[in-house]
Amino acid sequence: MSAAIVGARETEMVGVIPDKSAIELHAEAARAALADAGLTKDDIDGVLCAGQSPVAVAEYLGITPTYIDGTSVGGCSFMIHVRHAAAAIAAGLCTTALVTHGESGRSRVGMGGFGQSPQMLGSQFESPYGVAGPPTRFTLPFLRHMHEYGTTHEQLASVAVATRRWAETNPRAMMREPITVDDVLNSRIIAYPFHLLECCLVTDGGGALVVVSAERAKDFPKKPVYVLGTGESSEHSMISQMHDFTESRAFKVSGASAFAEAGIERSDIDHAMFYDAFAHTPMFALEALGFVGKGESGPFFEEMRTAPGGDFPLNTNGGGLSYTHTGMYGMFAIQESVRQLRGEAANQLPGVRTSIAHGVGGMFHAAGTLILTNDERA
Amino acid sequence: MPKRPLPQPTPETQEFWDGARRHELRLQRCNACGRAYFFPRPFCPRCASDDVGWFTASGKARLYSYVISHRPAPGFKDDVPYVIAVVELEEGPRMMTNIVGVEPKPENLPIDLPLQVTWERQSDEITLPLFEPSGGAP
Ligand SMILES: [Zn+2]
Repeated sequence: MSAAIVGARETEMVGVIPDKSAIELHAEAARAALADAGLTKDDIDGVLCAGQSPVAVAEYLGITPTYIDGTSVGGCSFMIHVRHAAAAIAAGLCTTALVTHGESGRSRVGMGGFGQSPQMLGSQFESPYGVAGPPTRFTLPFLRHMHEYGTTHEQLASVAVATRRWAETNPRAMMREPITVDDVLNSRIIAYPFHLLECCLVTDGGGALVVVSAERAKDFPKKPVYVLGTGESSEHSMISQMHDFTESRAFKVSGASAFAEAGIERSDIDHAMFYDAFAHTPMFALEALGFVGKGESGPFFEEMRTAPGGDFPLNTNGGGLSYTHTGMYGMFAIQESVRQLRGEAANQLPGVRTSIAHGVGGMFHAAGTLILTNDERA
Repeated sequence: MPKRPLPQPTPETQEFWDGARRHELRLQRCNACGRAYFFPRPFCPRCASDDVGWFTASGKARLYSYVISHRPAPGFKDDVPYVIAVVELEEGPRMMTNIVGVEPKPENLPIDLPLQVTWERQSDEITLPLFEPSGGAP
C-alpha cells in the first residue's frame, strides 16, 4: 500500500443547510479535514473534487495546486479521487491531496442546473419517455432481478429496514424512527416496485479527505487509515444500455481490482459501506463484489445479516437511505469507513481492521471501490 | 406545445429519427460481426468495424424490465401512472420506451411479455417508438 488517509471530516451539519452554498460546503468540509490532519491550506498541493470544478475549489480555498483532478462521474467520484490521489502521490505529482465534496442537494443553493442539451444521447433516447431523474431510471433493472432470481418485495424492503436500524442509534442521521418491512411496503409507491422508503434521502452537506503517502502517515495526529486496494470502472451513460440488468459490470470490475490490489479475501472484510441510492444498489454490490453468489442477496438481507448484531455490518451510519444523501453520497460512505477504522463511529464496531467502501456513479454508470485498513502491517 | 421533452437529432442519429417519422424502426448492423446494435454510431461498438449499415427492424420485442412511474415527469402530468420500460428487440439491441395499450398494472406486465412497436407523433420532426402487447403468450 502506498497511501493513507490522515484527515477526514464531514460538514458540522448534514441534512438541511439553507444558509450555505455548495462550494462553501466543499470549503467547510475541507477546512475541517485540514484541521483534523493538523495541516493548513498551504500544505495542500493536490485538489480533487466533483460537482464543483477543482479550479473553483482551489481558488475558493486559496490553494495553488500542482495536481488537479475533476473526475465527476457521480457518487463514486470520491472513491476514484482517493485512488487517483494515491497514484499521483506515488508518481510524485503531488504530496498532500485534498478530496472535497459539497452539495446543496436539498436546498439547491449555489448549484448548477439540471438542464441538458436535447442533442445529448440521453435526451434523445431516454428523456422522451418520462424519466424524471434517478427514481425512474436507477430502479429500472430491479424487476429483471426479481424475475431471474425470485427476489421479493419483502427482501428489497429489508434493505431499508436493516439500514434504518443503524440510523436509529446515530444522532446525526436524518431518519431515526424504527420501521418494519410492512412500513416500507405501505409507504407511497414512487416507481413500482420501489416505495418511498426504498429511495434515498435528498439532503445538504459535505465531506473532505486528506491523502498522503503511507510513509508519512504517522506524522499526523489521527490514527492513519491506509489505502489497501482500489478500483474503478464505467459501463454506460444510459441505463437502458446496461449489459445485464441483474448485475453491474462496473461494480464487478472495480471490486475485483480492489481485492486483487489488496491481496485479501472477502472473508477478511470486517465492515462494509455499499452506496445505497435505492434499496437494490447494495444488493447488486453484495453480489458483484463476490460476498454472495449471483441472485443470493435477497435472502441475505431478509435474514438481517447486515443489521446491528448481524455478521455483515453494512452502512453503519444509516446509509443514503436514512443518514444523509446529498446527491453524490460516496464521500459519506468513505467517512464512515474511516471513522470505523479510527474507532470514532457513532455505531462503533469492535475490532475493525478492514473496511470496504464501494460507490456507484449515476445509474450504475460507474463504480469506485476502496479497501481500507488501520493495520500498518497489512 | 409538445407534451414531452423531445430529442434533437444529431448527424449520427438522424436516420433513426427520419425512419421513426415514416414508422420504420431503423437500426444498424455490423457487416463484420453480424450484430445489430443501438444507439446509432457510425461503427460497431462490439468489434469496432466501420463496415456497418442501416436496416429496418421487425418492431417485435419482449419486455426486458420496467417501472411504473407515479412521478409526473414534464409532459406526463395527465398520464400518471405510466410505464417506463426497456425492451429487447427481436434483433438483439435494447431500448427505452413506454408501454401503451394496457392498463399500467404489474399483473398486466409480466417480464418477457411479447410486444410490438407502435408510433406516436409528437411534432413535424419527431415521432416516438412506443410498444404495446402483441397478444401472444410471454
Ligand atoms: Zn461488429
